[in-house]
Amino acid sequence: MFGYKNLGNNDTRSGFGAGLVEAATQNTEIVALCADLTGSLKMNDFKEKFPNRFFQIGIAEANMIGIAAGMTIGNKIPYTGTFANFSTGRVYDQIRQSIAYSNKNVKICASHAGITLGEDGATHQILEDIGMMKMLPGMVVINPCDFNQTKAATIEISKYIGPVYLRFGRPKVPNFTDENQKFKIGQGVRLIEGNDITIVCTGHLVWHAIEAADFLKNKGVSVEVINIHTIKPLDQEIILKSIKKTGCVVSAEEHNTIGGLGESVASLIVKNKLVPMEFVGVNDKFGESGKPTDLMKKYGLSTDSIVSKCEKVLKRK
Amino acid sequence: MTTTQKLIFQVRRDIVRMVHSNNSGHPGGSLGCTEFLVVLFFQIMKRKDGFDMNGFDEDLFFLSNGHISPVFYSVLARSGYFPIEELSTFRDINSRLQGHPTTHEGLPGIRIASGSLGQGLSVSIGAALTKKMNGEKNIVYSLHGDGELQEGQNWEAIMYAAANKVDNLICTIDNNNKQIDGDLKDVLDLGNIESKFKSFGWLTINLENGNDIDEVKAALIKAKEKCFSGKPVVIIMKTVMGNGVDYMMGTHKWHGVAPNDKELEIALNQNPETLNDY
Repeated sequence: MFGYKNLGNNDTRSGFGAGLVEAATQNTEIVALCADLTGSLKMNDFKEKFPNRFFQIGIAEANMIGIAAGMTIGNKIPYTGTFANFSTGRVYDQIRQSIAYSNKNVKICASHAGITLGEDGATHQILEDIGMMKMLPGMVVINPCDFNQTKAATIEISKYIGPVYLRFGRPKVPNFTDENQKFKIGQGVRLIEGNDITIVCTGHLVWHAIEAADFLKNKGVSVEVINIHTIKPLDQEIILKSIKKTGCVVSAEEHNTIGGLGESVASLIVKNKLVPMEFVGVNDKFGESGKPTDLMKKYGLSTDSIVSKCEKVLKRK
Repeated sequence: MTTTQKLIFQVRRDIVRMVHSNNSGHPGGSLGCTEFLVVLFFQIMKRKDGFDMNGFDEDLFFLSNGHISPVFYSVLARSGYFPIEELSTFRDINSRLQGHPTTHEGLPGIRIASGSLGQGLSVSIGAALTKKMNGEKNIVYSLHGDGELQEGQNWEAIMYAAANKVDNLICTIDNNNKQIDGDLKDVLDLGNIESKFKSFGWLTINLENGNDIDEVKAALIKAKEKCFSGKPVVIIMKTVMGNGVDYMMGTHKWHGVAPNDKELEIALNQNPETLNDY
């Protein structure tokens, strides 16, 4: 598909675990904190290699965020690890005051984001986290698409000074980006060049956008696919340049359509060049238990959903 | 009059004048903690000249109950962190002296924002852990309101500090038994604060009169002696809210209310100008 090959399914959280070890090897100021989910966050390797730099906080996420903020005073670079739900909604005020407003160099690393968390159900499937985090002044919000990109992002954020929200997931998904990629915060990646429709996508939906582009190509529709791994700051230039050419846009994300990437793109086009837009995302609903692939279909996050929104947006041109 | 006594009169004047000037702020708790902060900054803490965020090789202080910013700002200014005249900008637009303390406007002496209660102990633990990682033997001090202990995050932090032997930390609870809606026991009774800390594994010190300079100093010296023994240290400091201004003393009424012109005059008459007003 357009030269992209699944190098083998792997989970983005393992990309985080691998990136964390590599970043910590390069920079001895990096420390890691975890709220009783070391295995789930793939932080075991870090814990084994750097036992004196690993902090088991227990099931106390508010305390974890506060400790991380305090650790920056004296130049440490703390990476906190827990599920996305407990990394954001549970500790919003702690992040807001002790990290964002205080401008502390903490990397909030959140696994099991979105509906693909699967069987645990809606209590754990946060679909609002991007919205909450992007509203905080100064917060960088990153949602990489596969193992390799998550690993690269995990390393790169250690070089950026300031608060970062790094979002990744639980299931094994296609790993297709370059192992040696240069990850640039705030810089979108044009994966496929096309003329008829722009798909702006993030996270697990990027692979599905490539599949959708491939399907539409066979129907004679030329799709441009842009991977927005950094939702904030948004790469406005790459999006505006593309929609100027295609004249319509579809956003795709594993998140509530309210507050997500799609809303950021909508805001951008309203302020610059108004074009028809459709949204692929969860439509203001909570999730439920189920297999990730079944849930993706049911909640409108599949390749088919992207194709049908593309067909719809084409008709509105 | 000793230098410390002079400072205390002057800080009290700063507090009531700042709050009066903008008709907003929190005088009660500020006045109650004046002796503590003056003694801590001028007689106890090991501080370097100037200010840098990392605070290497010096003791650190974190204010968790950020609403008592008037006393914090006054003590910071009088300690040389920023010009004393800047106290006149308290709560003004474009001021570095925000209603609640923040790093956001770059005010020297502040290392974390506080105001939303219950977060300062976790932050202090983080800073204390970093001091240990950096091989420092300096101490992290923190101050909290007693009502603030109603916030659950404190108990996560209290549990963590004991379990992980964070013994370069001296946490002080301003135990004035008052909160916005009234007496602590009527709003949400905390029971015995000392026994709670003890049962979590902390070393405890009771400071019976937190408005007595000598007692405050003795308690802080005792707390320092108890550091590095494998346990975190807490000082439970009994204070009188509004101390030093008779009509503000012992009532929650002056938690967040500013004095009017006449009330200011009475307060200033009770606290002579000793070190020049800002």
